[in-house]
Amino acid sequence: MISIKNITFAYKNSKTGEKEAPVIRDFSLEIPEGSAVAVMGESGRGKTTLAKLLLGFIEPDSGSITGLEGKRISVVFQEDRLLPWYSARKNIAAVLKGEKAESAALTEKLLEEVELTAAADKPIRELSGGMQRRVAIARALAFGGDLLILDEPLKGLDEELKKRVAARIKARAKTILLITHSEEEAALFGAEQICRLN
Amino acid sequence: MSRDILKKIGKIALAAAFWLLVWQLASMAVGKELLLPPPLSVLKTLISLVQTGRFWLSLGHTLLRVLIGFLLGISAGTLLGALTGSVPFLDTLLSPLRSIIKATPVTSFIVLLLLYLSPVRTPIAVAFLMVTPIAWANVAKGVTSTDPQLLEMAKAFSFGRMRTVRSVYIPSVLPHFLSAATTGFGFAWKSCVAAEVIAMSKNSIGKAIYESKLYLETPELFAWTAVIIIISMALEAILVKSIGRLGYDKH
Repeated sequence: MISIKNITFAYKNSKTGEKEAPVIRDFSLEIPEGSAVAVMGESGRGKTTLAKLLLGFIEPDSGSITGLEGKRISVVFQEDRLLPWYSARKNIAAVLKGEKAESAALTEKLLEEVELTAAADKPIRELSGGMQRRVAIARALAFGGDLLILDEPLKGLDEELKKRVAARIKARAKTILLITHSEEEAALFGAEQICRLN
Repeated sequence: MSRDILKKIGKIALAAAFWLLVWQLASMAVGKELLLPPPLSVLKTLISLVQTGRFWLSLGHTLLRVLIGFLLGISAGTLLGALTGSVPFLDTLLSPLRSIIKATPVTSFIVLLLLYLSPVRTPIAVAFLMVTPIAWANVAKGVTSTDPQLLEMAKAFSFGRMRTVRSVYIPSVLPHFLSAATTGFGFAWKSCVAAEVIAMSKNSIGKAIYESKLYLETPELFAWTAVIIIISMALEAILVKSIGRLGYDKH
């Protein structure tokens, strides 16, 4: 169980260095292992900040996050954050370590699952927004791990593709934290719990 | 050969012909070969020059000095750029040194270095000093402007230091490095030959230029200058092509 207890976080003002108004205030959430939990809220409500806190990029000002010790966290960021100098295939393979043949086989399988086999060797800049999104998804699935954080993962994908890709993500991921502002997306991932950030 | 390439070659040839004509007309207007020799006279001198052993000996030695100075400068500048780009304190500590080297006139360096080094080594040291701050500033800029979101991504996916350097930093810095290498190479050539002129380095283009000025052989001075320009442009093109290959995936 991943447990987020009463966390508060405020960013520092880049000019004055002083803390601004908290983006997240006294927020709690429990994510049972093997479940899919959706965090919803409008823009600027701290959804992405929550992902950063879970990834350990920033520390909460107060409160605690437990249950992540020694766990591997994978992520689909809100932005694709792909390496623009690599092809789709190389972007996925970049997060893999270990046997070359095994990594190549997994990369191939994931490219197939996100329906990008034909575009595998194309440089990232030649792919459409939706295709780049699917590369980011495949990369997160390749990394694997105990928790998969998905920050608006299906944006830019058409309705039918959304359904197929969501089902394939669900089949591979153990525990999912979905950050979204779409109820429909939460339903696609079969979120057992929906938490609203207000 | 495609039509586009032929068109491009045609345009370049036309531009070259135009400037050769301007040169010829200017030379005719001046009317003294000693002050401004015509293109044909320079070409004739160049042809007779390339048939001498002295030409190849001077060219080879100067080229070697330029390359050594350039490679040392680009290596030191890249190392310093990587260090100061990643550690802000080092940047504060070392950047005055870079500013001083950059602002010092090349002739001051040449005269000063001649006190410590031989006329053969001075041009190498001068080229090194000219290239280092250029590579340093560009690489440091490349490091500091690396996309922080990509660095966060590398951290999230446990890239580790080596993979982050290889997959994120190096490709991000590469365009800055390329720009430093091309600019630096031009500087290395010019400063190295200038140092050779003042140092009277044995077997060098610089010495040949000095002697042609001394004996008022202006066509030879022009011929040597043409050699420097041609070699510099050719090597720069090779440099750009070979470094450019390292960048984006090509499929």
